[in-house]
Amino acid sequence: MTASIQLRRAPEVQYLLRIADTNLILAQRLAEWCGHAPVLEEDIALANMALDLVGQSRALLTRAGELEGRGHDEDHLAFLRDERDYFNATLVELPRGDFAFTVLRNLFIATWSKLLWEKLLNSSDAEVAAIAGKAVKEVRYHQQHAADWVVRLADGTPESRRRVDAALDDAWRYTNELFGTDAVDEHAHTSGIGPRWANLQAPWLAEITAVFDEAGLALPKASGYQGTGTRGVHSEHMGRILTEMQHLQRSFPGGVW
Amino acid sequence: MSTVQNEWPLWEVFVRSKAGLDHKHCGSLHAADAKMAIQMGRDVYTRRQEGVSVWVVRSDQIVASDPGDKAMYFDPAEDKVYRHPTFYELPKSLDHM
Repeated sequence: MTASIQLRRAPEVQYLLRIADTNLILAQRLAEWCGHAPVLEEDIALANMALDLVGQSRALLTRAGELEGRGHDEDHLAFLRDERDYFNATLVELPRGDFAFTVLRNLFIATWSKLLWEKLLNSSDAEVAAIAGKAVKEVRYHQQHAADWVVRLADGTPESRRRVDAALDDAWRYTNELFGTDAVDEHAHTSGIGPRWANLQAPWLAEITAVFDEAGLALPKASGYQGTGTRGVHSEHMGRILTEMQHLQRSFPGGVW
Repeated sequence: MSTVQNEWPLWEVFVRSKAGLDHKHCGSLHAADAKMAIQMGRDVYTRRQEGVSVWVVRSDQIVASDPGDKAMYFDPAEDKVYRHPTFYELPKSLDHM
């Protein structure tokens, strides 16, 4: 019987887990499209991106485990934590919704992620900087792919436009969390492991605005809502996604292919 | 009759596996326009490191020979082995012609 692992919540560990978990949970959501995407080519594209995100997450989980210093590897961290020890942004744990919600969320996350990885290229942690070198190329494509779809759907039929508008209503308030500030974030900045997320907000807004201009979408009003996933406090959806994601490791502890 | 097209047009995809080699036809896909076709070509046909460059062309833009002309077009070459440059002695340094 393998019980849940107990995490040492050092700030540098938590900072890396925020990024790793945001990638991991979004990957899980994207993988839900496998066999269900509107067209076969898109099915493959979404699965490709999910696998890119799993790869980024694996590398970061491994590094976080090393810094944590309790012998936890990527599998322990991915599959044997309890919900409160996951630190992904709340946005990625929301149900996959329709295709419009999926591509809009991908645009928000990929743009954020690209800006973040570009900063992490200069991380004081050489391992993190090396991971960034590979990841930044992947997310540049994710961003372009998502941006193209947002423009197409927003500028498409009345139905596709209605769906983008609805997705924007649902997703927008969750983007605040991508720029949250706290002691973990400040520690990362001071130690040089990574940027303050708040520093990503201005360039993120500029890039989103450029896409929205092309799509004929207006930026919604700023929301006061602040997600709490990065502090380990999750929405009702998190338990279900973890149940599915952890099922094999919980049922067959240590099982391998 | 409705003029609304519900199906995306078909595109043929050509992938160059590495610099210096030619683009080879590897399949087809449906896409709304050229940019989407390139991206989907990338996603569908190069995800296992198959390529460094992708070409796409609308399938309806390709002019093909008529299968009915096969006998007239291609069979006459059958007995013209002398068209192959295999009857020349090549210098050793040109072994890989």
